[in-house]
Amino acid sequence: MILGSLREVIAEFVRDGQSIALEGFTHLIPFAAGHEIIRQQRRGLHLIRMTPDLIYDQLIGCGCASALTFSWGGNPGVGSLYRLRDAVENSWPRGLAIHEHSHAGMAAAYTAGAARLPFGMLRGYAGTDLPQHNAQVREVVCPYTSESLATVPALNPDVTVIHAQRADRHGNVVIQGIVGAQKEAALAAKQLIVTVEEVVDTLDAPMNAIVLPHWVVTALAVVPGGAYPSYAHGYYPRDNAFYQRWDHIARDRATFAEWIERHVLRTRDHEEFMQKLEAESDPPARQPSALSPQPSASA
Amino acid sequence: MTAAAPTPYTPDEMMTIAAARMLWPGCVCFVGIGVPSAAANLARLTHAPDIVLIYESGTIGTRPHVLPLSIGDGELAETATAVVPLPEIFSYWLQAGRIEVGFLGAAQIDRFGNLNTTVIGDYAKPKTRLPGAGGAPEIALHARQTFVVLKQSPRSFVEKLDFCSSAGFLGGHGERERRGIAGAGPQVVITDFGVLKPAAESQELTLVARYENVNIEAIKAATGWPLLVAASVDVIAPPTPVELQTLRDLHERTRAAHAGTRTAAGLAKVGTEA
Repeated sequence: MILGSLREVIAEFVRDGQSIALEGFTHLIPFAAGHEIIRQQRRGLHLIRMTPDLIYDQLIGCGCASALTFSWGGNPGVGSLYRLRDAVENSWPRGLAIHEHSHAGMAAAYTAGAARLPFGMLRGYAGTDLPQHNAQVREVVCPYTSESLATVPALNPDVTVIHAQRADRHGNVVIQGIVGAQKEAALAAKQLIVTVEEVVDTLDAPMNAIVLPHWVVTALAVVPGGAYPSYAHGYYPRDNAFYQRWDHIARDRATFAEWIERHVLRTRDHEEFMQKLEAESDPPARQPSALSPQPSASA
Repeated sequence: MTAAAPTPYTPDEMMTIAAARMLWPGCVCFVGIGVPSAAANLARLTHAPDIVLIYESGTIGTRPHVLPLSIGDGELAETATAVVPLPEIFSYWLQAGRIEVGFLGAAQIDRFGNLNTTVIGDYAKPKTRLPGAGGAPEIALHARQTFVVLKQSPRSFVEKLDFCSSAGFLGGHGERERRGIAGAGPQVVITDFGVLKPAAESQELTLVARYENVNIEAIKAATGWPLLVAASVDVIAPPTPVELQTLRDLHERTRAAHAGTRTAAGLAKVGTEA
């Protein structure tokens, strides 16, 4: 396990042309890592994620991606991802090959990947047009019952990136709350990058919590607020208002480009990105201590 | 004799309330975001307090105080009986047949209850790229039955789907059963005009009930195929004051919660806690 700054970690482990999964199901989305990939102007990435949301909209709109494997691509509860749509509908800023699944199919593909099996299997896709447009969705006949079952090839991303609440000083990582398919995506990957809210002396993870031991973590970076504007349970809530604002920012190419230039390309790191947003916010910041953990509402 | 004037309500409110009434106490319901989520929570806050709401983010038995904006808001986890990983929700819970009602929305529906949430126009060169299928294909297969809720218009109730994202009765006449699909499919479609149910033999959606201020000709005009109409079309009771007030309160606290502006770096405690 290598501990570094996010800039160092992305520079070292994310290369042009790789397949990369920045997983997170609404919660713990690795926004800071996505922004750093945009800053370092990676190209030709095959992005993988069940629910590509704002950070994938940004990566796609910045021309970082050439392909997308996904199962639901929208701004949750708000509407479209306009940069994703522009890429699919108008090939802007470049064409995007799409490999489309259902959630259950993607979950099976990650699970197979984590187990190093060649394919995942499910009762799925029946009666839909998805297999017609995704040749990776096929069928296998059960040797015991002769039932025909849907298959999806295992997903084994070159790199998986996840954001977690905590790591200890050895690099053992714990995630809690809505955990999506992060454990599967993490263990399916050839290399695993983790960003965390904080490093603590003792992990104190509940016995059955999702813990990724340090020896499956390739690299770790401490990035407080790294999931913002999504959330980190026990640290900060989802900024739903930002998701609503994104609808206006991303609708137009020029507005999008200006926002990215100002907030991502011209900021040094996540801390400066957050400071910039804070400076623009109304009312102005009330909390000088930017990222002090708040007690969990469930505590 | 004078009765109190009934409170005016919108077609959207009537649709949500009619959908909520379809759910029963103790029902295990897999909920999608949007009207299904509003309806399912309205049922929980009115006649079905012990309803079990499951969102695909892995939250089982959740009781949110405000409607989630996304399928994975922290509110859902904090108020859930259990939070399980995503592969598990689709395999152990949905595929295993533990869900009684899958509650879905869609952009397009056809006469056999097949749904499109993927594209308008050609798949390779779409006119409008929609978010996609998400959890719906397997919800539509494995929930013991599905309820579909969407606004009715010739653009949404179409002769032919641009893309089939989730299976209803496919071509009807038992095709779904012949393909060995476990769940019974779309048993109820709730719109802003009334309620449709599949006909016994053909499984074609048939108008069985309408709201009090809606006439059947208008419903036919809002349908992109020649709509079958039951011999007797029930009239659905208007919202009760309690239903209407509960729904409006729910939407009001939801709006207040989601509009909370937050200083980005401060990450102040506004939003889900409002």
